[in-house]
Formats: sequence, structure tokens, C-alpha cells
Amino acid sequence: MPRIGVLALQGAFQRHIDALSCLGAHPIPVRLPGDLAHVDGLVLPGGESTTMSLLLGTSGLAQPISAFIADGLPIFGTCAGMILLAAEVLDGRPDQMQLATLDFSVRRNGYGRQLASFEADVTAPILGIGDTNPFRAIFIRAPKVENVGDGIEVLARLDHDPVLIRSGPVMASAFHPELTPDLRLHRCFLASL
Amino acid sequence: MVPHHRFSARRLTNMAQKVPPQGERQTETMRVKRGLAEMLKGGVIMDVVNAEQAKIAEDAGAVAVMALERVPADIRSDGGVARMSDPAMIEQIQATVTIPVMAKVRIGHFVEAQILEALEVDYIDESEVLTPADEAHHIDKFAYGVPFVCGATNLGEACRRVSEGAALIRSKGEAGTGNVVEAVRHLRSIIGDIRKIGQADRAELFEWAKRLQAPLPLIEEIADTGRFPVPIFCAGGLATPADAALAMQLGAESVFVGSGIFKSSDPSPRARAIVEATTNYMNPEILVKVSRNLGTPMTGIGMDDIDVHLADRGW
Repeated sequence: MPRIGVLALQGAFQRHIDALSCLGAHPIPVRLPGDLAHVDGLVLPGGESTTMSLLLGTSGLAQPISAFIADGLPIFGTCAGMILLAAEVLDGRPDQMQLATLDFSVRRNGYGRQLASFEADVTAPILGIGDTNPFRAIFIRAPKVENVGDGIEVLARLDHDPVLIRSGPVMASAFHPELTPDLRLHRCFLASL
Repeated sequence: MVPHHRFSARRLTNMAQKVPPQGERQTETMRVKRGLAEMLKGGVIMDVVNAEQAKIAEDAGAVAVMALERVPADIRSDGGVARMSDPAMIEQIQATVTIPVMAKVRIGHFVEAQILEALEVDYIDESEVLTPADEAHHIDKFAYGVPFVCGATNLGEACRRVSEGAALIRSKGEAGTGNVVEAVRHLRSIIGDIRKIGQADRAELFEWAKRLQAPLPLIEEIADTGRFPVPIFCAGGLATPADAALAMQLGAESVFVGSGIFKSSDPSPRARAIVEATTNYMNPEILVKVSRNLGTPMTGIGMDDIDVHLADRGW
């Protein structure tokens, strides 16, 4: 049974924990560096990225998680979790904590305020999510991916914007797969372990 | 006058949750409204009365700010009618912070809600802290694209608010007192009844619905899933990191802190400490660390010493 850490400083971590439990994984809430021992992968959930950034500092988790990512362990970042992985954050705070510098840039709240939050069908053919069985994706004050480098594989787009990307063992979505009962992306993450 | 058909159309989209053609974006659905509440979990929403306080709150790690004219402690001591804030103040706060901005309207004052929606606030709080505008009706919250949070003292009130379209419930507590006793009473009542309904047999559900004056389908949903359909946060009287951790251990999923921060001697460190306590609510060692040397909390008042019980407002 894979042991999956779920960053539990703030945000939608419980929904990720529920999804992973459903799939037979062993989720572990991560609030302190000691919680990272013996985990096989890590989920960075959605929430408020400024709050998470501050708590990553006070908890002492920023450095060990960065090292964890640098070691090549599997990561799944959603929404605020995606922002934490980007090389460049637009409209962010200058003191924003970053856990990795993957070759993409992302704009915080790039789709606008809550009134502009939305749901839409997305397809990711490489993952077997096609027109006949699209993924219902929920975007909440979502980050917008503006540029992706050569090393980044775009798995899904909405209109022209990448919304699901992968770079080696790291996957990131601008939307919230934990808010729907569709577990395909969590399954896909577990399959990469 | 806003034409009635606008409300009806919104209402249908919200209630029927129609699946649109592929690729089409659908805004303002219940899932999208509840989704933002999910993102605010495990966090602290702080009352602020100007842009400067909003900045302090954001820097301290607030997940959202609640813009209001006066904090509840001042509403209580000043008396008079408490209303929606000046739009200019809300706009200044929106221009200052990047976290979600919430604002309050009077119970039943659907025009104040229309104004806040036009300002594109991220959440509207139909709040007993302001002077009620309607003593029988709450706002039809399905009519708006902006999600609503409402207070509740018990599970019946919480269910009635959800049946009117609220996407988030907060236990009311007694705002502006710095006294956590009512928040504890309301949380225990709400969470306790959810637990009991989870154990009830089918015949008992009818009686629960009757006793709580709540719609039967919501009671059935709680019985089936064992949980309330929208997140439950805690508000009203929290003043210390320990208060926040107490609310979280009792089953709240986030906390609202009003007067407790900006009525204390040193708001910024206290705000940060409450944020850390909310994350680490099960860890007494961290609670010790963050509770140390915070200066004087707001003075607080006992329940026997107040004339107006704000929590009694709401029907």
C-alpha cells in the first residue's frame, strides 16, 4: 500500500485524503517535517497560496519538501499546489515560497475573482480521458498557466491554456480533481509510483 | 428594480445543475460556490475595517478577509443601526490584498447583496452582526452568483440556510464578546446533532426534520453521508490561539476571528499565532509556542453582562 503524504497546512487536503483512501492508498497528513518520513509520494492541495507559503516557512517544511522533489519523488499539485511548483509566479507576493522551479509560469487568480470561477469538461487523450469520457474540472479562483518550457508535457488544455501538465514524476493541475467523485487523475498519480 | 426573470433563470441553473455541451464553461454552480469554501478550510478569516488592517491580515496568513464598517465589539458598544460597508472601503481592500474578500449584508437585505455582487466580492455573509432588515425572510441566495455564508446556532437553522442557497455555514457564537462559550454551545449543538442523525433509523428522520424545522431531504442527506452538505466554520467570540484550536477540535473546519485580533494589544503577532494554531490544532507543543507572549487579548464580556444577543437574530 503506497504511503502518500498530503500537505495539510491549509486548504482542501481532506478531500485529497478521502480520494486516495478510496483508491486503497495510505494517505498521511503532512504538517511537520517528521511527517515526510517514509512517504512514497506527495500531494500539494489547493487552498490559499499566500497562507500556505507562510506556513511552509513556519513549519520548516519548505526545505525538506524541495529536497523531496529534487530527489525525483512523485508529486501531484492542484491549484495552489501547482503555483508552489512553478519557476515563475505572476501577480504573486514577492515573499512567496516556491518548492520547485519547474519550467512554466503561472498567474495567480488568472481567471479572475470567485464570480468567474467555473466548471468545464477537459480531455487528456494521453491519459485515456477523451471526448466521450471527459473529466469535469472545477476551477476556483484558479491559476492560469501562461508559458510552458520544452521539458513540460501539456496533458490537457482548456481553450488554449494548459490546465494539466507533467514534468517527469511531477503532475500539476490548475483545477480541483479532489472536488468531484471522478478519481481518474488520482489513480493516474498512484500509477506513476 | 431588478427584473424577476433574472432570478428565475439563475435559480434554475443552480438547482438543476444541467450539464452543458462539452468545453462550455459553467459559472455559479453550487459546486463552484462550495468549492471556494473547501479552499478556505483549515484557515482563519479575519474581520477588517480598512485596507491597512486587510494588509496586516494577509501578511499574517489569513485565508480571506471580512470587510465591515465596525468590528462587532464596536457595533455592540456604539449601538445604532449596523449596515453594509461603504463600497469605497471594500474596493480599497480588494485593491490591496490578493486573498478572497468577503463582506456582510443585513439579514434579508437583498439589495445590499446585489450591491456586493456588483462589486464582485468573493463571499457574502448574511450576518446577524448587522441590524436585520427583515424579521421574517432571509435572502433567496440561489438568485446570486456570489456564494453566501450564513450563521447558525443549531442544525435546523443551518439546514434552513442551506435550503435558501447558502454554500457555507458558520456557527454564530456571540460576536464582539471575546467569549468563546456561545461558539462552543452552537458548534456542539450542530456537530452533535449531525452525529446523532448519522445513527438514526429511517422513522426517526421524520421526527428530526420536524423538531429541527428543517427540510426532510437535507436530513436524509446528512443521514446517508454522515456529514453536512456544506462546510461548517466557527465564528463569534474567538480571541486566542487556544480558542481557535478548541473550535477546530470540536469539528469546525475553519475559524472566523472578528474583534479578537484588532481589539487586542498587538494584532499582527496574535493573527499569525491564531493561523498557526488553526493548522496545528491537535499539537499542544506548537500551541504552547504560538500562545507565548502575545500581549493582552481583548478584554471580553460575560454573557450575563450583555443586553443584545446577536445570535438570536435569524429565523
